Amino acid sequence: MRLGLILGTLVFTLFVGALVSGYANASFTESLRALFVDDGTPLTVVMRDIRLPRALLAVMIGAALGMSGAAMQGYLRNPLAEPGLIGVSGAAALGAVLAIQTGLSASFALALPISALAMSVLGVLLILALAGPRGASITLILAGIAISALASALTSLVLNLSPNPFAAADIVFWMMGSLADRSFTHVWLALPFMLVGWGLLFSLGRGLNALTLGEDAAEAMGIRLPAMRLRLILGVAACVGAATAVAGAIGFVGLVVPHLLRPLVGARPSALLWASALGGAAMVLAADIAVRELLPDRDLKLGVLMALVGAPLFLHLIFKTRKEFA
Amino acid sequence: MRASRVIPLVAALVLTGAAVLADAPQRVVSVNLCTDQLGLMLASPGQLISVSKLAHDPESSSMADAAQSLPVNGSGAEEVFLLNPDLVLAGTFTADATVQMLRDLGIRVELFAPASSLADVPARIAQMGVALGRQSEARAMIDAFNAELAELSKAPPRRPRAALYYVNSYTMGDRTLAGDILRAGGFDNVASEAGMTYGGTLFLEQLVMLSPEVIVQGRDYPGQARAEDNLEHPALARLTNSRVAGTLTDRDWICGTPMVLNAVREMRDLRLSMEQD
Repeated sequence: MRLGLILGTLVFTLFVGALVSGYANASFTESLRALFVDDGTPLTVVMRDIRLPRALLAVMIGAALGMSGAAMQGYLRNPLAEPGLIGVSGAAALGAVLAIQTGLSASFALALPISALAMSVLGVLLILALAGPRGASITLILAGIAISALASALTSLVLNLSPNPFAAADIVFWMMGSLADRSFTHVWLALPFMLVGWGLLFSLGRGLNALTLGEDAAEAMGIRLPAMRLRLILGVAACVGAATAVAGAIGFVGLVVPHLLRPLVGARPSALLWASALGGAAMVLAADIAVRELLPDRDLKLGVLMALVGAPLFLHLIFKTRKEFA
Repeated sequence: MRASRVIPLVAALVLTGAAVLADAPQRVVSVNLCTDQLGLMLASPGQLISVSKLAHDPESSSMADAAQSLPVNGSGAEEVFLLNPDLVLAGTFTADATVQMLRDLGIRVELFAPASSLADVPARIAQMGVALGRQSEARAMIDAFNAELAELSKAPPRRPRAALYYVNSYTMGDRTLAGDILRAGGFDNVASEAGMTYGGTLFLEQLVMLSPEVIVQGRDYPGQARAEDNLEHPALARLTNSRVAGTLTDRDWICGTPMVLNAVREMRDLRLSMEQD
């Protein structure tokens, strides 16, 4: 419970921090006042229509990605299972790009998250089929590389074939992810899917705890594995699909956050689920503050920061796994 | 001179023989959208034999109708060489390799720098006039241009604040052709307030905080791109004191030709309509 309080406070602090960081020069109190009181100044528009949706999306996306990572790692019992690394985010980005480029999302807004979700389902199914129920590291990573490569190649192809001269520049956005200039439109697009995804993943807690004892033991405890697998697939796809559809593929959140928090929750997968949701929110908020404060006039992509933090940890985890198998 | 340069040069000299450059070129090929248009305006009938691909696109070129009768080229050295031109019109941003290859093959290539102000337009017209051997036509065009520009850019009673806001939050400052068009149309550019003189990124937050009276947006390109989302951000609609002046015709804003006067006129009309409100 103490951990929850600490993480909650951290998320709240960073949320306020995200609200007051940006390009407009306004003091802390001025900014917050403009958020609550509409005095007809442009600052109110900035706070309500630009920064608030951006900070909300950071929380939602961070929670969705952190929780997805924790759930997949619990199910596969492998700390390397992360939506970005194993190609689920890449597949979701492909789905989103297809919805946009076919013009489907222009005529029917929900087509964007639905298409991203459908492609992530495909990605998760492929990963689970290739990695098998035990999720051995080597197959998991190889399958992830293959799916990521295919998805990013197809995404680039679709964008290169677009008649729009700016579509090719979008490749960076879909590969690295960014929250720049997102609006409440995107919050409302993503929220329903994320609510469903959070609910599904949260319901896995007891099953994941039982799974730590092995599949036979879990089944003996009354856990129905096929049903659990279905909820995992749909939950991860809803979370990652919705997050990627509005902000591009943001990697490593689901790897770093559960890794840091696992020792703090006594390695209990059910506790790791909600802790990773809060931790993920904190991490994406912090990264989104950093991209605006470090290089304010460069529109640095979130994925760059995430990779700088996440890739060394990924290497460390691979090194550790290698020692285990040696 | 390196041997690699000498060989094609010798070959070219053999190919062209002792042909002497006549005063006015007879087979002119343009490989750049802006030289296409200026060439079409100044060349004598039959002098221009091919234009670049974009010249046929009415969204990009103000002279698309006039260009329809001419075949297009893909701007590659091979294709251009096979047209057997005696003058190639290119931009300074045309690929170096293409320009060098054509010159090595013995073809005269005239490079035109992109215009970064309205004052560059008469200079480009004069350059084209000399290149095509049509100096007197060029002189007449320059006089007409200067007269009309002076008429259009008479000092307004009040200069409203405006922003140029393109895809990916790009904007243009005073020292660009688009910025100069805005100035001549009687507007003050808020990019200057943000410290920008050339082109650059004007973040949505910056734009909202500057809340200009008019936000002039670029054209809507075919297909979809996430990079265009900034043009439809709900925050723009919330700015009660700003007017989003939809899509203005892009083609008149790009090239340093007399067509920029259409853009200046469009901006002046927009300002006059605001004075009546």
